[in-house]
Amino acid sequence: MTPDLMEQGAQRRADYEARQQASRNTESGGRDASYGRIARLGVPDFTQGVALYLDDITVSFDGFRALNKLSLTVNVGELRCIIGPNGAGKTTMMDCITGKTRPDSGTASFGSTIDLLRLSEPQIAQVGIGRKFQKPTVYEDLSVFENLELALAADRRVRASLFSRLSGEQLDRIGETLGTIHLMADAQRTAGLLSHGQKQWLEIGMLLVQDPKLLLLDEPVAGMTDEETERTAELFLSLEGKHSLVVVEHDMKFVDQLTEGRKKVTVLHEGSVLAEGLLAEVQNNEKVVEVYLGR
Amino acid sequence: MNADITPPRSAFGAPPQGGAPSGPAEPVPRRPLGELAFVQRRGLLLGVRGWAAVIAALAVITVVFPVLNLLVPAGSPFHVSDYAVQLTGKILCYAICALAMDLIWGYTGILSLGHGLFFALGGYGMGMYLMRQIGLDGNYKSPLPDFMVFLNWKELPWTWTVSDSFIAQMLLVVLVPGLLALVFGWFAFRSRIKGVYFSIITQALTFAAMLLFFRNETGFGGNNGFTDFKRLLDLPIATPGMRITLFVITGITLVGCYLLSRAIVNSKYGRVLQAIRDAETRVMFTGYNPLAYKLSIWVLSAVMCAVAGALYVPQVGIINPSEMSPAASIEIAIWAAVGGRATLIGPIVGAFFVNGAKSWFTVAFPEFWLYFLGALFIAVTLFLPNGIVGLFKRAVEKKA
Repeated sequence: MTPDLMEQGAQRRADYEARQQASRNTESGGRDASYGRIARLGVPDFTQGVALYLDDITVSFDGFRALNKLSLTVNVGELRCIIGPNGAGKTTMMDCITGKTRPDSGTASFGSTIDLLRLSEPQIAQVGIGRKFQKPTVYEDLSVFENLELALAADRRVRASLFSRLSGEQLDRIGETLGTIHLMADAQRTAGLLSHGQKQWLEIGMLLVQDPKLLLLDEPVAGMTDEETERTAELFLSLEGKHSLVVVEHDMKFVDQLTEGRKKVTVLHEGSVLAEGLLAEVQNNEKVVEVYLGR
Repeated sequence: MNADITPPRSAFGAPPQGGAPSGPAEPVPRRPLGELAFVQRRGLLLGVRGWAAVIAALAVITVVFPVLNLLVPAGSPFHVSDYAVQLTGKILCYAICALAMDLIWGYTGILSLGHGLFFALGGYGMGMYLMRQIGLDGNYKSPLPDFMVFLNWKELPWTWTVSDSFIAQMLLVVLVPGLLALVFGWFAFRSRIKGVYFSIITQALTFAAMLLFFRNETGFGGNNGFTDFKRLLDLPIATPGMRITLFVITGITLVGCYLLSRAIVNSKYGRVLQAIRDAETRVMFTGYNPLAYKLSIWVLSAVMCAVAGALYVPQVGIINPSEMSPAASIEIAIWAAVGGRATLIGPIVGAFFVNGAKSWFTVAFPEFWLYFLGALFIAVTLFLPNGIVGLFKRAVEKKA
């Protein structure tokens, strides 16, 4: 073999490695946007830009259709507000996504590879879907700090919990979140002693440290003061882009703040999507007005 | 409770200034966000006072009782009678049960009304070995236990295969109740049976087992159970030395179980258990699988009860199916409730208080004991939701 050929070979190899290196920095995490992509277990694939994909979901309870062929997609990094009168199926939809309720028919997937209908509630939480309940649900007998500690992204298995110790970064993360949710001074207080609004904040903080890719927030500002509501809106807007958010809310002022006049709002009615568009548009939509005013 | 005071996690074990092993040190309130100071303390399961209490308890069990019982003459006012040693030893066994109940009920919120079954199974495991130790000294002078001769059986049933070996039989004491708890718990928790339904099923389980053990065909002595033990490890069982040895072993086991439970509830695992008690759906949606957590603590609790049962039988000298009666299991729950749930020290106090009262009442006013027990339970439910320890804590907080 001549030195020429060897040099050429080395050159080709270096070029190839540089190309490989460069391709790892793409949005798809180094995977080619082609058929050759490998679906990894428990890791959602967002290369198609869709975070949550619901298709034709039907849920009925004793003949009553809580969800009726509901189809909805939420994009990666999108903040989507969902409004609708009572009984429109908003909470049932969240139950379906998080595995609490199994739909009678339809498909639900997280990213393009994870079939949510085949996973249990804890598994769905582990792949990166966090949920905030309508009624604030925190661990009442534990301190605020301990509430966050339990929610912190970590190995959820029994043995890991038995011997778990918080690392410096984890403590920092909790401290940072305590600041974000304005509960720093109450870190050692029992969560049951917090006010309603503070519990809402704590639950939001628990979601944050869990670091989900998709956050489902069921009436997050119920029972909050105007100032707290405003701060919550700011917090959610700061999360937009990094996380996908689905916010169910009745408070139109809050929805207006969140959509900033340019984001889509989905209106649910009787278990399916009635209208979708800018808040101003849907508020003027005849069907929507009819549903809300009950004509 | 004063809103600004962080309640200590236990009244005795870990005084707040002693520092829990994990969790942050007291953060200075209203610190600016930039300089966070969360420090995690390591090691030391208990505070200084807690360890002092544990060492004192061990000293009482291993030194004070044996000396006062064996060395101080019977006439002396400081003499501890054999009866008192036996009674205290029995209550120590009950205290282990109450502690086990506290782990599953007080901390995890699962009320079991079938723990008497695990206690009795442990007792039967030990009883089988003790029956074989009788050897040829039984009433019928046969190598088989008396009740088998009485039933005209010619050989040992298969369940007695390893009953001659102390080590194998002690393994069974742990394995049989542990396995039963594992299988039962797996089905119950996987089907998400909760609250009162779970309690009723456990109650039914122990009742069914009692009926099974009442039958002579089951091969465990029917309604008479096992008694008339003669030897343990080839040493005579009814001697003062053996009595105090069993007492000391039981006491050390109790302290060991207490320290183990303390380590468990102080860990993140223990906090997950409490979270399951307070908001199980939140735990699930945070990504924890409650099944694994519930099942592990349930099996551990059952095994602790079984060990208590195995220590109980040689001290009391009898085991029969009445230990599996629903009432026996309910009593365990009463000890935990009276002492104070979710405190660890509470159930131990409760076991001593209720059983101490029982042995005094049944001697002084035998006909009123059941009324007293009923009144006690009503009083605790109405006035002492946190039990005796809760009352004590409240008094301390008021003073402070």
